[in-house]
Amino acid sequence: MSGFKKLYEKAVAMDRVNVDTDQIIPKQFLKRIEKTGFGKFAFFDWRYLKNGEPNPEFELNYPENQGASILIANKNFGCGSSREHAPWALQDFGFSVVIAPSFADIFYQNCLKNGMLPIQLPTAEVEYLLKEAQNQPYFLHINLEEEKVEDDQGFTATFTIHPYWKKMLTNGWDEIEITIQYSDKIADYEKSVTQN
Amino acid sequence: MGKSIIDKIWEKHIVHREEGKPDLLYIDLHLVHEVTSPQAFSGLRMKNRKVRRPDRTFATMDHNVPTLNRYKIDDEIALNQMTTLEKNCLEFNIPLAGLDSPEQGIVHVIGPELGLTQPGKTIVCGDSHTSTHGAFGALAFGIGTSEVEHVLATQTLWQTRPKTLKIEVNGKLAYGVNAKDVILYILSKYGVNFGTGHVIEYTGDVIRNLSMEERLTICNMSIEGGARAGLICPDETTFSYLKGRKHAPENWDKAVQEWRSLVSDEDATYDKVITIDGHDIAPMVSWGTNPSMTAKVDGKIPATENYQDETDRRALHSALSYMGLKEGMAITDIAIQHVFIGSCTNSRIEDLRQAASVIKGQKVYPGVRALVVPGSQKVKKQAEEEGLDKLFVEAGFEWRDAGCSMCLSMNNDVVPSGEHCASTSNRNFEGRQGAGARTHLVSPSMAAAAALHGRFVDIRKMNVELQATT
Repeated sequence: MSGFKKLYEKAVAMDRVNVDTDQIIPKQFLKRIEKTGFGKFAFFDWRYLKNGEPNPEFELNYPENQGASILIANKNFGCGSSREHAPWALQDFGFSVVIAPSFADIFYQNCLKNGMLPIQLPTAEVEYLLKEAQNQPYFLHINLEEEKVEDDQGFTATFTIHPYWKKMLTNGWDEIEITIQYSDKIADYEKSVTQN
Repeated sequence: MGKSIIDKIWEKHIVHREEGKPDLLYIDLHLVHEVTSPQAFSGLRMKNRKVRRPDRTFATMDHNVPTLNRYKIDDEIALNQMTTLEKNCLEFNIPLAGLDSPEQGIVHVIGPELGLTQPGKTIVCGDSHTSTHGAFGALAFGIGTSEVEHVLATQTLWQTRPKTLKIEVNGKLAYGVNAKDVILYILSKYGVNFGTGHVIEYTGDVIRNLSMEERLTICNMSIEGGARAGLICPDETTFSYLKGRKHAPENWDKAVQEWRSLVSDEDATYDKVITIDGHDIAPMVSWGTNPSMTAKVDGKIPATENYQDETDRRALHSALSYMGLKEGMAITDIAIQHVFIGSCTNSRIEDLRQAASVIKGQKVYPGVRALVVPGSQKVKKQAEEEGLDKLFVEAGFEWRDAGCSMCLSMNNDVVPSGEHCASTSNRNFEGRQGAGARTHLVSPSMAAAAALHGRFVDIRKMNVELQATT
């Protein structure tokens, strides 16, 4: 996984609360055994009409919203099922950052493990972004190192991310590789528990 | 300062702690199923890694399995996923309760049933309803596929310490009210993200008096409130359930002695406390597209003016438009065409007994399709020994093999678009039971009652002798 540092990309709004992972990637697409290729199924039931045509009323189908890498979402984004297919689908769709006032815990973790950056900002700031992104093209600067989100109109917000995950994202490290360095400690723990 | 059971289990499982890092937590039990594991095994293979503790790993298949003609799987992609799990278990030496095993079933049903789930353990599975196992006083939570791979390779996870939330349910439950109503009531009152970042400890007289099956139902739906885990301190009910189970500890007395220390100290502190009066709870029915959109059976669907926030109002309108329902409508006016009794929330023997006690002698309402899907092949066998299958079939229910089935409809058990289903499962999300399907979450007795009447009825007015569960 390559490291994540900063980007300047188009941002689009999905102003809905409690978007669950069943919507992000419906169950019929979970039968595949690969990690790739889920983008075309992202938001399937919202995105396509019954006849298979794109739903023109779905926000990510608007012509002006095409080509975005940043998704601005609303509270409790990614709730429900633990399926990691959700970040796989969002990433394959083209998103590398999701901004929301709050995220479901498992979804948040799943993003980090895939080099995707979930940014939590206060509600008022997300509301501003949701509104601004109605006027496309709208671009945001994301700086992970400085933990900053900025637009070209002078908006600046700072976010926090656990230093461990920040390091992991910035360097694109393989987490298992790191943990394996603790193998002796794990073995010691196992020994101590068996002796008890 | 006193410690809660959550603190106690957490601290006992820390392998490594260091400033600026999450804790490296040891995982005692890793449950695996066919849907969220194939990419994890591929990851191991790519890096030439082994499974560190196959003896602490246990696999089954549940999400995809047919509940009719279980060996005839038409869906080639689903079949491939199941065959892949078989191959992976064989290659990495992991015990598997496959389709032909009498131990097969929903992963969160068989864990407790086989005695794998035990007090004080850390338990993970690539499934958000892993919170179920917390009913035994275990710290159990769902993980994504990357974490599945991490646990397979290292038997550990890097975890930031969660906040703690105590939910105290005091008093007593009225006739006709059960565990499912308790958790639906909590969600209806506090929403779908009050538990985010927290582990819940359920306590109070109502919880203490619940059977293991009922405790499992409550902990199961902790995730619907945003909490990755929810647990209940173990007690005599827990120990007597576990005694004699296949994987129960050999040194039983010593284990029970240890488990008895797994209680929260009286002066334990929590980040948040919620207190609920059991008398306030009624049989509940969900009307919307998330589990907090739930009302009492004698209540009404809310109206726009009940919400202050503009986004919440929009969520109400969008939910009602999806559900084909109207503001202010009485819950008992909602007609249903399907009934599903099953899922990791409500498919255990006691749930089936509860449903059966409602239907005795009566028939499923004309035009209603009603399914009973036992949570495991063992539950199925036991129910058949008790004659419950006959009772269901004579009433017009379909009696199926074990699996997740219509909870998420990954197999052929699907609710058609636009139709309503009274379901004992855990999620009423859009499309969950099929594209356009309209799900109403209820308890097993309320689902059975709806099956007989073709609409929701107040179980308290039915004059039935409900299966006593406590």
